[in-house]
Amino acid sequence: MTPSADFSLIMPVIVLGVGATAVMLQVAARRSPELTRFSTLLVLIAALASSVWIGSPEPGIGQAVTPLLQADDMARLFAALFCASAALCVMLSRDYLPGLSDQGDEYYLLLLLATLGAVVLAYASHVASLLLGLELMSVALYALIAYPSRVAPAAEAATKYLVLSGGASATLLFGFALLYAATGSLAFPEIGAGLQSATLGSAVTAIATVLVITGVCFKLSAAPFHLWTPDVYEGSPAPVTAFLATVAKAAPFVALIRFLFDAQLFDLPGVVEVLGVLAVLSMLVGNLLALLQRNVKRMLAYSSIAHIGYALIIFTVAADPVNRALAGEAAVFYLVAYVPTTIAAFGLLALVNPGGEGQDHAEVQDLSGLFWRDPMLAILMLVALLSLAGIPLTAGFIGKFYLFAAAVSGSHWVLLAALVLGSAIGIYYYLRVIFQMSQKPAEHELTWTMDGGMRAVALLLTVAILGLGIVPQALMEYIRGMF
Amino acid sequence: MSLSLLIFLPLLGGVAAWLAERVNPDLPRWISLLTCLLVLLVLTSSGLSALADPASSQWLLYSQTDWIPRFGISFELALDGFSLLLLVLTFVLGLIAVAASWSEVEERHGFFQANLLWTLAGVAGVFLAMDLILFFLFWEVMLVPMYLLIAIWGHENRGYAAMKFFIFTQVSGLLMLLAIVVLAWQGAALTGKLSFSYGDLLGLDLPPELAFWLMLGFFLAFTVKLPGFPFHTWLPDAHTQAPTAGSVLLAGILLKTGAYGLLRFTVPLFPEASQTLAPVAMLLGVAGIIYGALLAFAQTDFKRLVAYSSVSHMGFILLGVYAFNELALQGAVMQMVTHGVSTAALFMMAGALQHRLHTRDMRKMGGLWQQAPRMGACAMFFVLASLGLPGLGNFVAEFLVLLGLFAVAPWMTAAAAVGMVTAAIYALWLMQSAFQGQPDDDRQMADFGVREMTTMAVMMVALLWMGLYPQPILDLAAPAVQSVSNLLPANTLVAGVAP
Repeated sequence: MTPSADFSLIMPVIVLGVGATAVMLQVAARRSPELTRFSTLLVLIAALASSVWIGSPEPGIGQAVTPLLQADDMARLFAALFCASAALCVMLSRDYLPGLSDQGDEYYLLLLLATLGAVVLAYASHVASLLLGLELMSVALYALIAYPSRVAPAAEAATKYLVLSGGASATLLFGFALLYAATGSLAFPEIGAGLQSATLGSAVTAIATVLVITGVCFKLSAAPFHLWTPDVYEGSPAPVTAFLATVAKAAPFVALIRFLFDAQLFDLPGVVEVLGVLAVLSMLVGNLLALLQRNVKRMLAYSSIAHIGYALIIFTVAADPVNRALAGEAAVFYLVAYVPTTIAAFGLLALVNPGGEGQDHAEVQDLSGLFWRDPMLAILMLVALLSLAGIPLTAGFIGKFYLFAAAVSGSHWVLLAALVLGSAIGIYYYLRVIFQMSQKPAEHELTWTMDGGMRAVALLLTVAILGLGIVPQALMEYIRGMF
Repeated sequence: MSLSLLIFLPLLGGVAAWLAERVNPDLPRWISLLTCLLVLLVLTSSGLSALADPASSQWLLYSQTDWIPRFGISFELALDGFSLLLLVLTFVLGLIAVAASWSEVEERHGFFQANLLWTLAGVAGVFLAMDLILFFLFWEVMLVPMYLLIAIWGHENRGYAAMKFFIFTQVSGLLMLLAIVVLAWQGAALTGKLSFSYGDLLGLDLPPELAFWLMLGFFLAFTVKLPGFPFHTWLPDAHTQAPTAGSVLLAGILLKTGAYGLLRFTVPLFPEASQTLAPVAMLLGVAGIIYGALLAFAQTDFKRLVAYSSVSHMGFILLGVYAFNELALQGAVMQMVTHGVSTAALFMMAGALQHRLHTRDMRKMGGLWQQAPRMGACAMFFVLASLGLPGLGNFVAEFLVLLGLFAVAPWMTAAAAVGMVTAAIYALWLMQSAFQGQPDDDRQMADFGVREMTTMAVMMVALLWMGLYPQPILDLAAPAVQSVSNLLPANTLVAGVAP
């Protein structure tokens, strides 16, 4: 416990917290979706800037700011990533939102609160902050999913998410309680230290850890806890789906990395095995079910399950302390690569459905002829899909390469086989979308218009995905310093 | 001269061609024509000057820049006689593909030419890359524009064909990526330095069992692309459904990347393991020769027939590579070049026929010679080349392979020679059903014009030259071929026939 905590180190959390309050006051004083959007963006950009410019105490070494939060390079990187992603979602909502609801103010406010939750998760080094962040994010998301209040699918999606999320949180809490009983501590490093002198034996701690993993994997939608995902993704408004599939996935993943790495829980019996089985199941179930989908949102939902499966590989690799650093690096890079790619894919759906009444046109054939109707959007979607498929020159390839490297260095052949098989299946359904985009436009075509601002967003995402794929060295070095 | 120019010129040319469409729909094809010519100019001038002043190293030209030092990956390019030969082939066929698409493509000229040039850039990268990850990058990236060429401008069943083409190559490529990563990790364990450079990974002292599995990863990727029997099923679909220029590139160059990979990577990186696999590989080669020829005979679709004949001819490359002696290897290299030219010509012929008759069905042809004598004569020439008439390049190639192989595996040679006989059957059958017989009197068709005759003449001269005086090509490829054949203990049986 640091007597005088340096609160400037957690500036992004403070900026977001103060910002959310300020936006709330602004909404109370003057309701105007345009103004709220503007002030939300302002807060997000300020938080992004603070995470970029206010450095860690020493590069590579973190510093605890209160027992709850740990400020280090990883937290900074993800805080920046989450703020940037949220800002993109806000931008994407601009043309989309007017069709949903008469009042858009609370929508932006909720997005801001969800981002605050995600950023807290990035800093969390204590079960209390983990739970706080997770709940803050989830509660805001329930409302966001249900925002198109006039249509049934959104309400259905929100209910599903609410019920299952509640169950997951309960599981998580039970796990924490058992951990506390076994080790007498709630901070991650102290849990690890307490394991040595555990009074209740390793079986209880192992069960506790598996319960925690289960709870987090519900949020991550790893198979077999994935059942809510396709329905919720399909029912949510496209910009919210983009947030749900990226920030709301990456943040719990980061928390899981911290929890398992800092508390050194790999030696407990069964933990590594459970994570390995979850990884293989997610890769296979996600990819196989994605094959059957005709709706792009559902397809991407299943593909996101598969991608979480790929990323879960690293926990099995990390079980061996020799490879732990590489595994951590691989996970962080994979998440960083996954976020812009997935935002691009869902963002495209948001862009081609402006003012949609909460029901997106996201069948595969709705995208036919995209190459000829709007080459720039088509290139964005092409790059995003190729990145998801792991084709070189995109961020996704470098991410997949990292996973290959990590799994090879630990000689985990079963996981590698599942990774290769999953990627092989994945190609098919990504290509199917690309094929549709390249064909002649359909009869019943969607119409949309895009202005300069939206074009800039599309360009930014394309450049980000390609940039991470072509010149990844700087980010690699930065991530390498974390472990 | 920087080798990267050979990759970036077509890349930028593609972008320029795409953008130029807005100015004038005729501009893109001129841009790609000029780009190909420019690259050929750069290539020959720098190649000739390097050949005149050979450096002491293995490479004529070499360049290396750090790319991802975190994993020891660099932007490493190198050129030797073998890759120079294949690069010249690539861009000459690139020119021919542009000529073939000159009037065939009716829509979206700019994007078509862009994809064509990007495919060429990817192939050039494959032939130049000396870092295994960089190689893999080009290997995968060249698929995307080729996929789009088939998927957008292809024929009636293009979706299926394009998908099959992409998936076959990509899935086998994933296994190769796995093998590459394991190999590099093994290399790091042995030498203490993580590197994906070809030079650093050559001659590693790998455990035999591991080496075999790794070799299999590479072998599979390259044999699928070649394609060797039984991984050939993507080829007839892709070749048939692709637009003419796409078929020309596929058959002429993309198949050769598989052969190049076997010769450049699989055998040198894993000499002993490759030798273990040699009987199987040769068996696959013979099976491909006979099976391809038989299926070619059964086709009624002009393009499909030529596609199956490619499967048959590629069998010779497998035989040539895995016979492990200089003669057969020389034959394999010759086959790469001559098959590239002759098959490109036949696909162009098929494209020209389809453009005029709107069918590829040979049952609806017949008697074309009387209506289009120039086309008939050209077809005759290339059909004869393809069946291996002495005096034309293909004969030299297949003869060398059989000669080299005879010392190693006489029975395989006999079986492969049977394949050559069947080649004569399907090739003449093609001539007979399409160009001879009673013409359909209602049919009006134009003969070849100046543009088409020029391209045909270029390819005829090339095949004649390679058939009558192949020595320059053999000399150009000799250093690479010798370094491969030196990897393995000389086969005593071969001593008798060595020149």
